[in-house]
Amino acid sequence: MSSHTPEKLAYMANQIARNLALEPDAVGMVAQHIQDFWTPRMKHMACALDGAGLDPVAREALARLAGQYGDAAAS
Amino acid sequence: MGYERQADFGTPEVRSDTQVTCTIDGRAVTVPAGTTVMRAAALTGGAIPKLCATDNVKQFGSCRMCLVEIDGMRGTPASCTTPVAEGMAVHTQTPRLQKLRKGVMELYISDHPLDCLTCSANNDCELQDTAAQVGLRDVRYGYAGENHLDQPADTSNPYFDFDPSKCIVCSRCVRACEEVQGTFALTIDGRGFGSKVSAGLASDSFLSSECVSCGACVQACPTATLQEKAVKEIGKPERAVVTTCAYCGVGCTFRAEMRGEQLVRMVPWKDGKANRGHSCVKGRFAWGYAQHQDRILKPMIRASIDEPWREVSWEEALGHTARELKRISEKYGRQALGGITSSRCTNEETFLVQKLIRAGFGNNNVDTCARVCHSPTGYGLKTTFGTSAGTQDFDSVEDSDVILVIGANPTDGHPVFGSRMKKRLRQGAKLIVIDPRRTDLVRSPHVTADYHLPLRPGTNVAVLTALAHVIVTEGLADEAFVRERCDWDEYRHWADFVSDARHSPEFLEPVTGVPAEAVRGAARLFATGGPGWASAQRNRPNSAIYYGLGVTEHSQGSSTVMAIANLAMATGNIGRRGVGVNPLRGQNNVQGACDMGSFPHELSGYRHVSDAGARALFEAEWGVKIDPEPGLRIPNMLDAATDGVFKALYIQGEDILQSDPDTKHVSAGLAAMECVIVHDLFLNETANYAHVFLPGSSFLEKNGTFTNAERRIQPVRKVMEPLNGYEDWQVTQELARAIGLDWNYTHPSEIMDEIARLTPTFSGVNYARLDAEGSLQWPVNAAAPDGSPIMHVDGFVRGKGKFVVTDYVPTDERTGPRFPLLLTTGRILSHYNVGAQTRRTANVAWHPEDLLEMHPTDAENRGVKSGDWVRLASRAGETTLRVTVTDRVAPGVVYTTFHHPATQANVVTTDYSDWATNCPEYKVTAVQVTPSNGPTDWQEGYEELTRRSRRIEGSAMEAAE
Repeated sequence: MSSHTPEKLAYMANQIARNLALEPDAVGMVAQHIQDFWTPRMKHMACALDGAGLDPVAREALARLAGQYGDAAAS
Repeated sequence: MGYERQADFGTPEVRSDTQVTCTIDGRAVTVPAGTTVMRAAALTGGAIPKLCATDNVKQFGSCRMCLVEIDGMRGTPASCTTPVAEGMAVHTQTPRLQKLRKGVMELYISDHPLDCLTCSANNDCELQDTAAQVGLRDVRYGYAGENHLDQPADTSNPYFDFDPSKCIVCSRCVRACEEVQGTFALTIDGRGFGSKVSAGLASDSFLSSECVSCGACVQACPTATLQEKAVKEIGKPERAVVTTCAYCGVGCTFRAEMRGEQLVRMVPWKDGKANRGHSCVKGRFAWGYAQHQDRILKPMIRASIDEPWREVSWEEALGHTARELKRISEKYGRQALGGITSSRCTNEETFLVQKLIRAGFGNNNVDTCARVCHSPTGYGLKTTFGTSAGTQDFDSVEDSDVILVIGANPTDGHPVFGSRMKKRLRQGAKLIVIDPRRTDLVRSPHVTADYHLPLRPGTNVAVLTALAHVIVTEGLADEAFVRERCDWDEYRHWADFVSDARHSPEFLEPVTGVPAEAVRGAARLFATGGPGWASAQRNRPNSAIYYGLGVTEHSQGSSTVMAIANLAMATGNIGRRGVGVNPLRGQNNVQGACDMGSFPHELSGYRHVSDAGARALFEAEWGVKIDPEPGLRIPNMLDAATDGVFKALYIQGEDILQSDPDTKHVSAGLAAMECVIVHDLFLNETANYAHVFLPGSSFLEKNGTFTNAERRIQPVRKVMEPLNGYEDWQVTQELARAIGLDWNYTHPSEIMDEIARLTPTFSGVNYARLDAEGSLQWPVNAAAPDGSPIMHVDGFVRGKGKFVVTDYVPTDERTGPRFPLLLTTGRILSHYNVGAQTRRTANVAWHPEDLLEMHPTDAENRGVKSGDWVRLASRAGETTLRVTVTDRVAPGVVYTTFHHPATQANVVTTDYSDWATNCPEYKVTAVQVTPSNGPTDWQEGYEELTRRSRRIEGSAMEAAE
């Protein structure tokens, strides 16, 4: 059954990255998109994801958000 | 005052830059050149007798009743077909005319039943009025001659009767069916004395024929021949109140014709700017649900969803709810609460629900059903143009030369606008339809698409990119427009992208299934108007794009919207009449719900919650802090509930269990919550999982406003007291007060005033203006004091139009050996979305169940034929329904509607969603279809759950669904 599993959040982040991949500033746009539309809890969980399952653009975008949401503490 | 029919000027309005002046019985009148004498006379307050003329259809000149005398002209010309000329002197009432008219009237009446006193049209009959006007006193021919008085009535239609014995064969119904509705169902059968209105073939009744029950013929009929059954049953109305339909995003305005608090009929309002006097079967006739016995009128609570419901007072229900919300907030934190606003409710009600959540619950966990329909429109148009709305008004279609319809089926989903579009197509506009299914628009009487691109579901972006490829590589782009209005570097980046050979129609043909030549032809037509395009004013056609949920409900929904915007900008089709990007909105107020700040990331007027300036406005007005972080979207709420961190949900007027994808995901999320509050007319499917039920009020029982797909804000007016005791905004206000908010609105106009204070695009909106002007199209503010029929006229809202590269990313929902077919979903004319309203009306006569459309080849491979039960299975779940075999769908594609809960089409749809907005991918599901004997275990189990969850304590009968 669906829930906010790490797999699902990784899937969502990768999906955003794939769709913005050809933009000149893909990493910035992905980071901004997640910043604008995800709740803090989702961002915290995403920043704690294992990078192995992430598209490189998504991984880099989440790294940019880690400063703000990287303490892995769900709000 | 009392009841009066809306004024009828006899012939349609004419537009002209030249004005001409004439005199009518000595009264001078100035009218646009081309206006008929009849209309000019009506405009001066006169009334030339007429029978075959009405201002909804073109003049016909058959009844010979409207004859006039004109100085210097021989004979007695018909005023309906004679245009006014400068200096013309017209006489409408002379002894000669009186004699002629009386003679004609005698012939009519000699073949008409003289049962006026007991006729249902008594005192509301144009034949009767005209007889009085001409002073008919006797009929020299008697009544014993050959006549039509014994012809039997056709009562097959559930909403109106056809009584040919009262017909005067004026052809108004036939012409309304052709000109207004565009269905061409009605005809005059026979000739001379044998002429008779027919619903189609001789074997056809009004129910079995192609008639779509729009009511245009009934409205046009001057006698009791075509009349609403309700008028026969109830009698003539005593007053009329103009209000706005609560079905789809077209936003038709109607005269609710009342007797006391009883609605007699809904008649389309001719001054309504969305519908221009037209209607469809839903708004015109299917309003019986509002008084249906299934409505729940008392609040109910229960401790767990296994228990029966217990009816309680409003005080107890609200007190209990407030305590539960407080308990959950204290135990799990304030982020455990949220709500869903309704696209069915008014702007004011929606605004209050999101205010309750942001100011009362203290978070941004608010979403709306636009999440599952047009959230990609919001994202896509905001990104490219700068604001989340369609660019045109509906009138704009009258100036379109090429119309591209993608992922929309307006003749079923938005029928009144569909009729207006068809009218323009009959005048010669070109048509491109991009749809996996052969919709009615592709080929119907007097309308044929120049191109139908029957793409594989899920390949919208590929097809749109291929169109752009042709336009750019063949040098058809409007670079002058792009240089002036858009960011040139972004355009170049996009143009290079689409020019790549891998985006050519030929390369993409195996992916999209659309022949490359058809894509090239469609692209050239859209950009240039096709071979032979010539216009004195413009070297390019006005090309408009209309789209629906077939665009948005995909994993690349937002990308598709942006691809559409790119196409419109690249061809210079933004910022004037006849062009534009036109999302056909689903629900009556989905535009409004989005405008009102129903999304978790933005405040009213599309301002992100991270915008400190916008937050400050609300914080000052409401006296609370606004959370600067976005809240949960509906699918995220359900995920968070399954995670155990989201526990309470207030749902106003939405049935997420039936309408949202992957039903099992929704039910698991709801089941994990501790306080689900359903505020609705009926115990809907979602209420199976609810702990509190707050009865809602219908659109006939409240004041407020709806905003349609044109951004047109229109009044909704209360014509009867709410059966449940409160208008919906009052219920929300009482709930807010119960949790400690000091709200004291006494009328929705005060809520609109607050919206106007807080929302720059609404600053000029208030009830006084709406009453005076009928409607306003936002933005209405200092920059656009009279509102904005067309947007981006002098430049884009965001400054420069933005081209976004939309790379085609195939959905992860793929066909394979286990699930070889693609299921796509849609709507049908007679039903509305989950059917909660229309299933409670006689509309079930047209569509009693959901059917699965399947191509003959696929059907033969599986050994199924029309009418057989089949099992429809996907990775998410399975259901059963019956098949109809048709070549409207391509091989490999199956299609169904989702109007009936027993079918539960959403058991089958998956939880894949749009990358940007999480709008569900309803339109693509890989499925297998196999023969079946009947309902699945899940369907039977669900029926049992439904039965149990609708028990009401102390009630002998279980509440019906």
